[in-house]
Amino acid sequence: MTDTQTPFPPERGGLLLLDLDGSGAHPAAWRLDPAGPARSLLPQRLRETVLAAESAGFHAATFSDGPTPRNPSAAAHLDALQRAAFAAPVTRSLALIPEVDTVYTEPFHVGTQLASLDYVSLGRAGWLVAASADAAAAAAVGREHVAAPALADEAADAIEVSRRLWDSWEDDAVIRDVPSGRYLDVDKLHYADFAGRNYSVKGPAIIPRPPQGQLPVLAPAGLLAPEQVAAGAVDGLLLSAPAPGLLAAEVTAARAQNQPRVAGGPALIVELDIVLDARGQSASDRLAALDAYTPWQETRARFTGTAAELADLLAELLLVTDGVRLHPAVLDVELEELARLVLPALRLRGLLAPIHPDATFREQLGLSRPPSRYADAVTRATTAVPSTRGANA
Amino acid sequence: MSEQTEPATTFVPSGRLQLGVFFQGVNSGTVWKAAESGSQTDFESFRRIAQTAERGLFAAFFLGEGLRLREHLGRPHALDVAGRPDAQTMLAALAAITSRIGLVATQNTTYNDPADLAHRLSTLDLLSGGRAAWNVVTTDNAWTGANFRRGGYLDHADRYRHAEAFVQTAKEIWDSWDEGALAASGTDETWVDRAALRPIHHNGRHYTVDYLPRLPRSPQHHPVLFQAGDSPEGRNFAARQADVIFSAHPQYDDALQFRSDIVARTVAAGRGANDVKIMPASEFILGATSKEAQDKKAWVRSLQIGPQQAIAYLEQFWGRELSAYDPDGPLPDIDPVVEETSETRGSGFHGAKARELASTWRSEAAEKGLTIRQFVSARTSRGDATFTGSYTEVADRLQQYAVTGAVDGFNISPWLIPTGLDDIVNHLVPALQERGVYPTEYEGSTLRDNLGLANPARLPTLSPASA
Ligand SMILES: Cc1cc2nc3c(=O)[nH]c(=O)nc-3n(C[C@H](O)[C@H](O)[C@H](O)COP(=O)(O)O)c2cc1C
Repeated sequence: MTDTQTPFPPERGGLLLLDLDGSGAHPAAWRLDPAGPARSLLPQRLRETVLAAESAGFHAATFSDGPTPRNPSAAAHLDALQRAAFAAPVTRSLALIPEVDTVYTEPFHVGTQLASLDYVSLGRAGWLVAASADAAAAAAVGREHVAAPALADEAADAIEVSRRLWDSWEDDAVIRDVPSGRYLDVDKLHYADFAGRNYSVKGPAIIPRPPQGQLPVLAPAGLLAPEQVAAGAVDGLLLSAPAPGLLAAEVTAARAQNQPRVAGGPALIVELDIVLDARGQSASDRLAALDAYTPWQETRARFTGTAAELADLLAELLLVTDGVRLHPAVLDVELEELARLVLPALRLRGLLAPIHPDATFREQLGLSRPPSRYADAVTRATTAVPSTRGANA
Repeated sequence: MSEQTEPATTFVPSGRLQLGVFFQGVNSGTVWKAAESGSQTDFESFRRIAQTAERGLFAAFFLGEGLRLREHLGRPHALDVAGRPDAQTMLAALAAITSRIGLVATQNTTYNDPADLAHRLSTLDLLSGGRAAWNVVTTDNAWTGANFRRGGYLDHADRYRHAEAFVQTAKEIWDSWDEGALAASGTDETWVDRAALRPIHHNGRHYTVDYLPRLPRSPQHHPVLFQAGDSPEGRNFAARQADVIFSAHPQYDDALQFRSDIVARTVAAGRGANDVKIMPASEFILGATSKEAQDKKAWVRSLQIGPQQAIAYLEQFWGRELSAYDPDGPLPDIDPVVEETSETRGSGFHGAKARELASTWRSEAAEKGLTIRQFVSARTSRGDATFTGSYTEVADRLQQYAVTGAVDGFNISPWLIPTGLDDIVNHLVPALQERGVYPTEYEGSTLRDNLGLANPARLPTLSPASA
């Protein structure tokens, strides 16, 4: 993907992503919900949450998932990909990024489902790649447990399968040519012919090329091997550090290790847990109260403080990163403060990328729409128009 | 469990019909050549059909599945509509913009894991407030397996054994959370009461599951089960496990026969005679007058079977190129190449004795004086499945089905996307309502409510969670 034209630092401002998980990222968040955890499984709750995130001005929502519950006090997740699909017709600009496992899933299904998400969201889909290290996830589907070094290969293989499938129908494969009676131009369909370490996938896809051509793929830094990232497996990396003050250095180090974005290198997005002063209580008091139920044991950087202080921290980060993903301690409470105080302040300072209704997630990331890898050179040259939408978008 | 009330052994017609719509996505029945034909993949087309169906009080919006593109003579089949979104992803999106219609996903038992598929179906059921259904299909061949890490091929009998074990495991997963397992408020001790969850252990021939299910039951307890296989094994499987059969028997006499066959199998399986609903696949070509409908039918057929489709149809049985033959001339005088791989793969036609078939067809066509195109059109016109006529004529015919209980409803494949339900909803539905055989409002908010199905009791085989 060498057709990326975005200069760095982005002149157009950075992206803010919000993770929407249950009652919030803190394992005791559900205790503040008078309706209890059942509410987090209701469709009405999901609708309200994505609408609140969109109207607050977030660029994207992520939907956490995992084949087995990660947190014993938040034991149930609705399938992330379906939550994202449900959110699609009720939102206009929010990119929708489900976390989808690559180890204990069928790559062909995952590629089809993600392409379908791109259709129902009119090009606003992304994929947060996960590789479950959990033995219980293996047992659930009766597979051998896959441990650490092999996880990178599982993830890389599954990504490659999806990318090939998404390209396996060229953009203009559906011709609907009445005189010849042909609905498809079969010369524009291609076998994926993926042969990996543990399995193979024939193709072509059973769905035409998604509106974005290729969905943006994000992965936690360190999941894939450096050469897999260098080969263009992902469009963005999620970076973590033990404390907010260390995030900028993490970004600098990652910039040095990866290709620059102008040369197709990944967007760098930092991860941040947040607890804010809210509803007359200080952030540290709120955190102490939550931790008294269940301590929040997360390895991510955590910000605890006022909305104004958070705006300052994000302002610094947005000068060096492409985006920040926020994990709110208590979704309803933190989101209210973010919407009221934090995002307006950042927008006023010109630090956030403008929101265009109907923009694709690729457009938000400053990525052009790539031609299919299977299109011949002539077709590629004429279709490599930056930021065009899919024929079906 | 019904210890007090014995399952009914006599079938009692409800006198009512339900409608479903089958957005096929991959088929030769959709007339993509018409100027008013829209996208087969844009969300807007699905939205339009689903919301029109809901305006017409349809019970179900139905999506099919095929896990490998159809091929013809070794290449993807070019002439028919092909390429469609994943059923559950699409239905999850439609759940957000509909409120009553059932959402039916065709999903395969051979290329999925029970824990994963049951979880995704639970999600759809919860996201839709209890409107999800699963059309259980077993379609399988080594050729489709090439798209999957598990690969795999199961012979016919084995496929149904596997499917049944799979469905049984899914039901156990759906039943595994007791009522009240989730904390009722923030002051409960834990988010979920682990003692109220049953871990699932299953060690089968084709899969192993060792799983702690992750979701509670939905308002309709668990997704409605549809079944669409027609062999004796398929029918017995439906009689034991399904709530609704998506049948291939829409013609009146055939439908009556199919009903009595299914009633007998259902009763033999220990279930009530009315427990399995039947909704055949069907096509409607309607007009204000009988003549208008007949003219429309001729036009629809000419678009469904063009000269290229007619030749391609024969090619899948002849196993060789026939493009030199005139579609408006007689059937080919050469013999088929008899090879399994030469059929249009994915067409569902296997093991035909091609040479025999060809000679039968040749004499049949010669006898009736039919050209290739006329012959293929007659064979593929889905004559049995098509209801043609004025709104009142067709309503009268359907009334008879309702009164005798030949079927519980029809699953309609629109021949035009996205406007193909408009005349049905605007004209046929009111005519059925006038005759008192069609709902005038949704009975309830779940699919089970609207199909007249009781919420399933917990599996008797499951021990209490805390035991
Ligand atoms: C009306 C009807 C619709 C069907 N739709 C699908 C479908 O969408 N996807 C699929 O894989 N199989 C579909 N099938 C195939 C059946 O599920 C089944 O696998 C096939 O008929 C072979 O089983 P049998 O030998 O019992 O008939 C359908 C069958 C019928 C009768």
